[in-house]
Amino acid sequence: MNDYRGIFADGLWNNNVVFTQMLALCPLMAVTTTATNGLGMGLATTGVLLTSNIVIAILRDFVAQEVRIPVFVLLIASLVTLADMAINAWLHELYKVLGLFIPLIVVNCSVLGRAESFASKQPVLASAADGLAMGLGYTLALTVIGGCREIVGSATLFAHASLLLGDGFAFLETTLIKDYHGFLLMLLPPGGFLVLGFLLAGKRVIERVTETSGVKEEFHCSVQ
Amino acid sequence: MNLNRLAGAPHAHDRDSVPRLMSAVLLAILPATLYGLFLFGWPAFNLLAITVLVGLACEAGCLWLAGRPVRTGVKDGSALLTGMLLALSLPPWAPWWIGAIGAAFAVVVGKQVFGGTGQNIFNPAMLARVMLLVSFPVEMTTWLTPHPWWSGTSPGWLEGWLITLGHFSATDGVTGATILGYARTELGMNHSLSQILPGHYQAGAAALGWTGGSLGETAEWLVLLGGLWLLRRRVITWPIPAGMLGAVLVLAGAFHLLDPQRFADPGLHLLSGSLMLGAFFIATDPVTSPVAPLGQIVFGIGCGVLVYAIRTWGGYPEGVAFAVVLMNAATPLIDHYIRPRAYGRTWRGQPRPVPARAKQPPLVQRSGVDARD
Repeated sequence: MNDYRGIFADGLWNNNVVFTQMLALCPLMAVTTTATNGLGMGLATTGVLLTSNIVIAILRDFVAQEVRIPVFVLLIASLVTLADMAINAWLHELYKVLGLFIPLIVVNCSVLGRAESFASKQPVLASAADGLAMGLGYTLALTVIGGCREIVGSATLFAHASLLLGDGFAFLETTLIKDYHGFLLMLLPPGGFLVLGFLLAGKRVIERVTETSGVKEEFHCSVQ
Repeated sequence: MNLNRLAGAPHAHDRDSVPRLMSAVLLAILPATLYGLFLFGWPAFNLLAITVLVGLACEAGCLWLAGRPVRTGVKDGSALLTGMLLALSLPPWAPWWIGAIGAAFAVVVGKQVFGGTGQNIFNPAMLARVMLLVSFPVEMTTWLTPHPWWSGTSPGWLEGWLITLGHFSATDGVTGATILGYARTELGMNHSLSQILPGHYQAGAAALGWTGGSLGETAEWLVLLGGLWLLRRRVITWPIPAGMLGAVLVLAGAFHLLDPQRFADPGLHLLSGSLMLGAFFIATDPVTSPVAPLGQIVFGIGCGVLVYAIRTWGGYPEGVAFAVVLMNAATPLIDHYIRPRAYGRTWRGQPRPVPARAKQPPLVQRSGVDARD
């Protein structure tokens, strides 16, 4: 199982946590009011996914089949606590914004999902690649959704990036329209659902187009 | 001979179709629309035109994307009616983008995303109005005092376009709160209704439509007339309007009797805001309301109770849009519990007993065919 290309293609696009598996939507709706929040949350989840996949892949031979779920949950909880403390210590502003949603990575279904479906059956290196790919795919989804909501909702992009993620991210901050009235709905949870729905539809369209042009085959996907 | 040509049921119908239904409703709402246009001048006309055109364009675009016949879909008038109803529920001098965003939201998110005309869960126009009210509270609550076309204070054509494009600074005297909004603010300051209402509310003016408010909701008597005509034409049925108006009437009456200083009289509730428009033109949308007459009564009463509750205790002065959208969400539930009686069956779904004198030897059962089929 050394198909790293396939692993990354899966994580970023084909089997994306949000756009294909439709997992981890609760933190998604809650934090993606700006692209910065999405990026921060995505990176934190990536860290947890990567480390939990590695640890579980190492320990997979020592964990009895019957107790694997509690063991995995315990491992993930320890890692999340570490991430929680690390963000609190070094990215305190981001911690204040994301708040409860960092500890809640414990119950993020994508983490346990990857542990169960991939890391408990694959070697360490492949598991690490899978964790990284899935995490980056999740980060991508969070950032794109956060960006869409932020652009429509408040006409900025990556606002407060330097404050939340460190001065190195200051170049990301952009204001698109001055004196924008604000489109409150987009910043409220319905905006998250709307953006997610339209992006899902967009992904399906892209896949349909590439599939019909790549494989010269009639491909019917009518809903009616 | 063409007599034996096969045709599916129903065999007797009065040629109702979606376009006919829509044009009847449009015709019924036309007097109130024209009155609103006279009352608020060119900016209102511009807003109406933009809202309707954007709605039609979005409908055409969505139909094209979905690969369905564009021409018939647009010509059936449902998008036209949605745009019209949305524009009628907007503040008359709202900037153009309010109408454009609202119409696009109504048609795309409110209707086409669910699968097009007849598939939507919520009334598209009211969904868009709720969205606009939540997102743009300032623009959506800037009400005008009447500026009729012939009075000289009405803006000219060019000035009208400037207002529509957003160059409109709200000044006192031009704008004024609606009676519901005004009463709500003053009640919040512990003033009693007998101090509030005189000078701000005349029942006659309210009924004639000489008040501030949304584009099409001010002229209660014209809306009522249109609604009664629709009832007569049997485009809509009585349960929903009766339930909605009746619930508001009963609740407002009861509370007014309890404390006349705190709760406005039923007349004010019936004659202000968009209650009439909602009861006759919006809640009666056949797609988003229950099927059975009893369910429609429940639906109408629910709408009325919610309208009164939101107006009296809620966070907004007017609640018709919220009430209708909330009851739309409850429609599948109502339809689940209250089903229409099938022809020839009792309410429980058993075959109805055959009257004694119509009894015949049970030929059919002996032949082995189930009589109930």
